[in-house]
Amino acid sequence: MSEGFSRPVAGHVPVLRLGDVLLVTLQGDLYDSSAQQLQQDLSETIARSGVTGVVIDISGVEIVDSFLGRVLAEIAAQTELLAARTVLAGMRPAVAITLVELGLTLPGLRTALNTEAAMELLARPVVASRSGGRHEESP
Amino acid sequence: MHTAAGVEARLPIRSDMDLVWVRQHVRQAAARLGFGLVDQTKLVTAASELARNTLVHGGGGLMEASHVVSGGVDGLRLAFSDSGPGIPDLDRALSDGYTSGDGLGMGLGGSRRLVHDFEVESAPGAGTTVRVTSWVTGPRHPRGGH
Repeated sequence: MSEGFSRPVAGHVPVLRLGDVLLVTLQGDLYDSSAQQLQQDLSETIARSGVTGVVIDISGVEIVDSFLGRVLAEIAAQTELLAARTVLAGMRPAVAITLVELGLTLPGLRTALNTEAAMELLARPVVASRSGGRHEESP
Repeated sequence: MHTAAGVEARLPIRSDMDLVWVRQHVRQAAARLGFGLVDQTKLVTAASELARNTLVHGGGGLMEASHVVSGGVDGLRLAFSDSGPGIPDLDRALSDGYTSGDGLGMGLGGSRRLVHDFEVESAPGAGTTVRVTSWVTGPRHPRGGH
């Protein structure tokens, strides 16, 4: 195979802890099983460590199909139940265009243009709202 | 009418590792033909959805990729085939929100929106073949050419 292939990510996706936030950087092409493993690892790590936020940097991800989209949405829902918030950072424009056309708009998923903006978003206080969801206060 | 230069690659779809190879092959082939980044991303995403259908619903199968030319325009045709149970109700399978597996119901209907041409052949017990073609549109971006 030629050098143009990005290396598939098999097995473990590393999860880094930065204070109250877990940082996950997805790179290249993920196996389905790696995405599912990450989903499980994150829930366990949040429950064990009590972090309040998760940032998933997908700037190195070339495509998000409905499978990976579903895993990301489930991660966000799970972290919410574990009293933490997930922010998806750095989605490529071509990926965003494709997801909308595919019909997968991932409602409820917080996004930020990059990891730094995601960390800032998580640093803001959360207020409970009567409409069921929660929203961040503007600074 | 278009001329097909013949099947250029046959890739097995038997595991989630094969899905990775399918995506990478389609991305490389599309880039070589001069597809822009957004069109490449759409085609690779469609290929990933369809290959997963082949794996999950069809019990595995294969993808054939061919370079096609119509009116001087290059295209990439991908055919996903399996000899699985087939799709009993195609109209329903193509409608948005329909799902029979553990997806989000974006599989067929969603993939159709990501490509230019889309056809399905399927019958109960006779397997399924989905053929999609996308054409290089807009200004050419040949690889490495600036």
